[in-house]
Amino acid sequence: MSDSGTTPAGPGHTDRAFEQELHTVRGALLRMAGHVEHMIGRAGQALVQRDGALARDVIEEDQEVNRAEVEIDELCLRILAKRQPMASDLRFVTLAMKMVTDLERIADLAVNICERAVDLVDSKVVVHAEIPAMCSAVENMVHQAIEAFVNRDVAKARAVIDGDDVVDDYYHRIFEDLLGRMHAEPAQLHQWIHVQSVAKWLERMGDHSTNLAELVIFMVEGRDVRHPRLHGGKPPS
Amino acid sequence: MTTLVPKLRVEDLCAWYGERQILDRISFDVPAQRITAIIGPSGCGKSTFIRCINRMHELVSDARVQGQVQLDGEDVYDRHVALEQLRRRIGMVFQKANPFPMSIRDNVLAGLRLTAESPVRDDEAVEPALRSVALWDEVRDRLNHRAETLSVGQQQRLCIARALALQPEVLLMDEPCGSLDPIATARVEDLLGDLRERFTIVLVTHNMQQAARVSDRTGFFLGGQLVEFDDTDVIFTQPGDRRTEDYITGKFG
Repeated sequence: MSDSGTTPAGPGHTDRAFEQELHTVRGALLRMAGHVEHMIGRAGQALVQRDGALARDVIEEDQEVNRAEVEIDELCLRILAKRQPMASDLRFVTLAMKMVTDLERIADLAVNICERAVDLVDSKVVVHAEIPAMCSAVENMVHQAIEAFVNRDVAKARAVIDGDDVVDDYYHRIFEDLLGRMHAEPAQLHQWIHVQSVAKWLERMGDHSTNLAELVIFMVEGRDVRHPRLHGGKPPS
Repeated sequence: MTTLVPKLRVEDLCAWYGERQILDRISFDVPAQRITAIIGPSGCGKSTFIRCINRMHELVSDARVQGQVQLDGEDVYDRHVALEQLRRRIGMVFQKANPFPMSIRDNVLAGLRLTAESPVRDDEAVEPALRSVALWDEVRDRLNHRAETLSVGQQQRLCIARALALQPEVLLMDEPCGSLDPIATARVEDLLGDLRERFTIVLVTHNMQQAARVSDRTGFFLGGQLVEFDDTDVIFTQPGDRRTEDYITGKFG
């Protein structure tokens, strides 16, 4: 059985070095995703608990993600140049290159949250009560998208895409609520804007997780589910 | 798969060498003025297949064919078909450049002299054929030199010119770049891009990247059967059959 993640069954590649290269990309991608998940959870924790040291740890962890992005891109470029992969292998390699971009962007957004966490360490402002739940929802989306990738599970990938609506709802509720607070307590406007930014970044993380799930569907089915209107489908509600 | 006008229609084609069946009920249409690539592992029947199209297969003593190959709707195996005319309409280029032991000019004219009904005027045939394969500028000053003095890549283009001089409608190419270096291969592939507009080309190749680069349609042969035939873009990105997928991704377990 192929261990590359490109095929669910059947023989592996006859060229074992190629098989090993695909295996290496897959492993590096999973390790990178693990770091990103870890960063999201701890970023939310640092913000809510006003833990500056934890926030700085998360910012430091971003270096691991950046290193992984460069490493995976190099591996994939080398495979494209040397192996000229076809069909599912080609989809896997190009998907890996796109996934690292989304994962790296999620990590950057976690860093943004941590920078705000550091800014708010001494602030009296109360972080919105729904931020931790929103944070968990996003962390779960990334986790499920990666699980869908590992298990080639299209149903799970679709669940991630649907889950983005939940994250969007969180964002809209938090935004409306913060707007009311900004009117009521204009003196705290600066801090409320920080909190609103955090909600916005979490919402963006949800979008990047959706991208990951769409890429998994492309890898498994070879079908592009991004932008349904381009294929004559209904626009998202 | 987009609909295209067929030049060749193959129906239930079977071929044997003695008792050994090489092709098993091959059916598909070869579109006109397009490049159709045939890929598959050694022994899958792809060379036998194109040798059935111009009836070269039957030149082997114990070879046998069943089924139909239609050229513009007419069965090439019909007993009224004149083989000489058929092979003039369906030219062929082989893996190994095989120039005749004569001058460059005479090589281009060899086929014409054998088949022409009236005397051949050299100037009308030689230059256009050599220009078609981008060889004219390289050899115009030494048309009387022997063909063996050319590089292998030039010899192969000369062989293509020899086939084109007969103004065929279909060009069968059996691994035409099989013995060429990457530069000579690039020249032939570039040439194929130009020829596509004027001829119907069937290209047998072991080189999958070449099939992906130059062809419009691709057929995958395995064990004498046609596993899959589709637009080349589909075959190399999202083939419909698992066996095609395994072959093009290099899984031969």
